[in-house]
Amino acid sequence: MVMAESRLAGVAPVSVIILAILALWYIAAIFLNAAWSRDQAARAGLEITPRDILLDTMTQQRPRLPAPHQVAKEVWKTTALQNPRSKRSLVHHGWITLQAALAGFVIGAAAGALLAIAIVHARSVDMSVMPWAVASQAVPILALAPMIIVVLSSIGITGLLPKALISAYLSFFPMVVGMVVGFRSPDPIQSDLMKTYHATRWQIFGKLRLPVSVPHAFASLKIAAAAAIVGAIVGELPTGAVAGLGARLLTGSYYGQTVQIWSALFAAAVLAALVVGLLGLIQAVVLRQMGMAR
Amino acid sequence: MNGHSAVGDQSVISAHRLGLRFDTDDGPVTALEEIDIEIAKGEFVALIGPSGCGKTTLLRVIADLQKPTSGRVRVNGMDPAAARRARSYGYVFQAAGLYPWRTVARNVGLPLEIMGYPAAERKDRIARALELVELSGVAKRFPWQLSGGMQQRVSIARALSFDAEILLMDEPFGALDEIVRDRLNEQLLALWRRTGKTIAFVTHSIPEAVYLATRIIVMSPRPGRIAQIIDNPLPVERPLEIRDSAEFIAVAQQVRGGLRAGHGYG
Repeated sequence: MVMAESRLAGVAPVSVIILAILALWYIAAIFLNAAWSRDQAARAGLEITPRDILLDTMTQQRPRLPAPHQVAKEVWKTTALQNPRSKRSLVHHGWITLQAALAGFVIGAAAGALLAIAIVHARSVDMSVMPWAVASQAVPILALAPMIIVVLSSIGITGLLPKALISAYLSFFPMVVGMVVGFRSPDPIQSDLMKTYHATRWQIFGKLRLPVSVPHAFASLKIAAAAAIVGAIVGELPTGAVAGLGARLLTGSYYGQTVQIWSALFAAAVLAALVVGLLGLIQAVVLRQMGMAR
Repeated sequence: MNGHSAVGDQSVISAHRLGLRFDTDDGPVTALEEIDIEIAKGEFVALIGPSGCGKTTLLRVIADLQKPTSGRVRVNGMDPAAARRARSYGYVFQAAGLYPWRTVARNVGLPLEIMGYPAAERKDRIARALELVELSGVAKRFPWQLSGGMQQRVSIARALSFDAEILLMDEPFGALDEIVRDRLNEQLLALWRRTGKTIAFVTHSIPEAVYLATRIIVMSPRPGRIAQIIDNPLPVERPLEIRDSAEFIAVAQQVRGGLRAGHGYG
């Protein structure tokens, strides 16, 4: 009962926020697209009323900022009304991006967690590897991605793997940082206790550091998952716009198809939300199993 | 062991001219200086003093959680590191420090798992330890479902589970309210009588020290030293009401005097 009530109580503020965002979006669309409407009318030598401008800004073919309903219509047209295997389907492109992102996420998260384990156990690794990990993230991924794609394709590796590696590159860092914090989060009493039992470092790891890091692990995994999707999309840009949400973004910008760009962006956001939401569900189940959910 | 005094075979914990200095940004601090103690088997010794007198540090040195910079410490005839490796003591901290992802029973079983006890024996020992602190009924609960006093009793059960001869307790009831504390003091005394363990108990409460201990070591701060050692003449059987008796008050006054002499109090 309490759960249901609190959920209902949450509906009102959330709807208000969504409505406010939509309203702002519409207002922005009117202002950004009005110039084009006026321009077109002037060229045709027509008088244009504010009402006409208003209507026109909502229905342009290539608006500067598509109105929400235009994006919604495009998304509907390219998902529900398309065969999901068709190249015109956002589901098709989303799935291609998601595969690369998930593969990269798994590689990056595993590498990040392993590196974190090494870092908390050996000061030398902390001192020697951590600066490189930080430096790696200072390189703009947009500059690095084409090089990775080109180098790998020159040795015959194309398709999913290069994109996955870029995803992995982006997702391993939040994992390292989060897991190092997580593995170091036992309080002094919990750690001293292990010392009084003369526990081995692997016992300390398995029975204290690992379980205590679980909430940190999920926070890191969520960031890593979102980063992996960005990585996969960025990895699709230099491939010549073959497939994936990145390709949709690129073709959209070639042809000035802003509605297509926005619907691809929207699809990417939905994808990230789905993956992060799924991780949140797993987190809730795991924490409940561990007795740490109240 | 060579050259160790005759008291050696009797004393379970001993320190001789023990000192600990460490460097801080404000210069070196002497946490402990010239500490000499002998604790015999089966004794219940209270370490009392104002904050900063090094009583917790002394307990941590005995437990090999901190290293002294001078002098010598023996625990069960070994140096503290060897004693820790031999799992000679159970340690109870100021906070329960339970692992929130483990049930009460699995928290009590933690040291047993680490020390490699077989599952069947673990089960027996967990049951026995929980019985000693009268918590058999909550074995399957998680720590957050227990009151602070119950959590601290679980941590005592955890320290008892592997049956070490020595129990080191660092202000275990300091964070609890007085009613709970009285009850736990009573239980601890009963537990000590039943098990015959050697207990070193850090506190800053005079009534607690006098009620529990057979001997009271009064410490003074800056540098941490022993100001006075008081033998407690109270009988082994101590109902809570003993705290209103003239004898009890006399011992408490003696402790207070020791603290004052050591500049412990104003």
